[in-house]
Amino acid sequence: MRGEPTASPRVPEENLKFTLKRYSALPGFGISMGFTVFYLSLIVLIPLSTIFFKAFGLGWEHFAQAVTSARTLTALRLSFGTSLVSALINACFGLLVAWVLVRYDFPGKKLVDAFVDFPFALPTAVAGIALTALYSQNGWVGKHLYAMGIQSAYSPFGITIALIFIGLPFVVRTVEPVLQNLESEVEEAASSLGANRWQIFRMIIFPTIAPALITGTAMAFSRAIGEYGSVVFIAGNMPMKTEIAPLLIMTKLEQYDYAGATAIAGVMLAVSFVMLLALNLLQAWGRKNESL
Amino acid sequence: MAGIVGGKLGLSGRAVHRPFLSEPRWVRVLLIAIALGFLGFFLALPIAMVLAQALKKGFVFFLGALTDPMAMSAIRLTLIVAAVSVPLNLLFGLASSWAITKFDFWGKKFLITLIDLPFSVSPVISGLIFVLLFGAQGPLGTWLGDHNIKIIFSVPGIILATLFVTFPFVARELIPLMESQGTEGEYAAVTLGANGWQTFWMVTLPNIKWGLLYGVILCNARAMGEFGAVSVVSGHIRGQTNTIPLHVEILYNEYNFTAAFAVASVLMLLAFVTLLLKQWVEWQAGREAVLAEKEIAGS
Repeated sequence: MRGEPTASPRVPEENLKFTLKRYSALPGFGISMGFTVFYLSLIVLIPLSTIFFKAFGLGWEHFAQAVTSARTLTALRLSFGTSLVSALINACFGLLVAWVLVRYDFPGKKLVDAFVDFPFALPTAVAGIALTALYSQNGWVGKHLYAMGIQSAYSPFGITIALIFIGLPFVVRTVEPVLQNLESEVEEAASSLGANRWQIFRMIIFPTIAPALITGTAMAFSRAIGEYGSVVFIAGNMPMKTEIAPLLIMTKLEQYDYAGATAIAGVMLAVSFVMLLALNLLQAWGRKNESL
Repeated sequence: MAGIVGGKLGLSGRAVHRPFLSEPRWVRVLLIAIALGFLGFFLALPIAMVLAQALKKGFVFFLGALTDPMAMSAIRLTLIVAAVSVPLNLLFGLASSWAITKFDFWGKKFLITLIDLPFSVSPVISGLIFVLLFGAQGPLGTWLGDHNIKIIFSVPGIILATLFVTFPFVARELIPLMESQGTEGEYAAVTLGANGWQTFWMVTLPNIKWGLLYGVILCNARAMGEFGAVSVVSGHIRGQTNTIPLHVEILYNEYNFTAAFAVASVLMLLAFVTLLLKQWVEWQAGREAVLAEKEIAGS
């Protein structure tokens, strides 16, 4: 499976020594690896490292001051809160959509399945203005919500709506393949032993898809924290009220407060990396669970 | 992170009905209705809204908004940015997946994680890093200023930010695909005397062409539609550093809603074309997989 030279005609001696790279008869390692490392450093690693150099350069006191200001803390709390709520809503509905798409047949199913990816394909700015128009006071949905006393635009409610939109495909697309590969024998066995559908779902299906469900939810959450384009229009961007963390970075940049922008970016990056690590562990757990 | 954007190649099928393994009819209908209602609310309504707003003042106004010189220059810039960044990331995707899947070396998993990194970075931060690096106050700022090279608030900055946010797309698609195909074909070719380039061109490429196209389509959609990262480095100079998404924002903030939605509908069209191409590629890949299986079974 791996790039192991199983078909290699001879095993040279260097294979017996400790080497960073195993011997291979295939050409092109030097040039492809060289370009990979060069381009990766140039586009990703060097630019990204400037955040950490700059953040460390600030000194602890300055950094802490920028991060613990009331405005920053409020923005971070709002970002994490709305991201969590939207990810949980996507977990419920994403599971339902995946279930319906895998298990049932209905007219137009293929089209619906294709359109689940729409939030990935649609530029975020378009999503932002469309949702704002829908949920503002005169919008198709907004006018009903406002009549009920819910301020649906320029509020945390609106931010959550936008985050549900952009996170929608994650749960569906992670749960779908696992549901598809589910063996029906176990369900049949449980059914013949007298379990009802709900028991089968709760005790057999759900534990199997749980890792994928959690992975998808974590992905939606992680995407939501950094999201900018679809949120900035519907948020209204009032400091201390509807100002999300990415927007605060933007505001600080426009005021040439590079230190403040870097400090917030440093915190958000640290959170992203922790999420990335958690996701890698989750996926490893999922693979183990599936192969059982 | 958005690795699940892909990975759907050759995965489709009809639901299998076994009466004792399915829910009662009313439960099925209810669940389908809730799912479709949710998707209708979050997907169909925004689409309808964009179209309704774009055509609010009639077709002539719609065309006028698109052929406006500022809109045309935004469209031109977006095409240039995509034309530079997609091929570069395609080249990187090919090189990195070749190195990663055809050879065994120390630190491979770590390298894959690093390639995925841009997906977990907020778009705003993706722009910020280039401002910190090349901006007037940055380590290279003075030097660039002395030599009169503009990167930030200029086209090179926009291209760099776009390269960053679209960095993993092609590689992400190719690495699992080439991993699953192994190296037997390449070894056979090399043993028979093919050189590296011939091996790649005649053995590897035909096997990965659909995955490659898939990655390119997704990469292009993001390159053309990126907003946050580009917004940070662009400086919003009209007619010069405005891409289509930034032009939409400017029109919207000027309360020129109909024109904003007219330009936005072009981006929505891009999304539709992307989804359509994606479906087509999935269908082609699925068809070829079936053909290949038949061939194996027949031989």
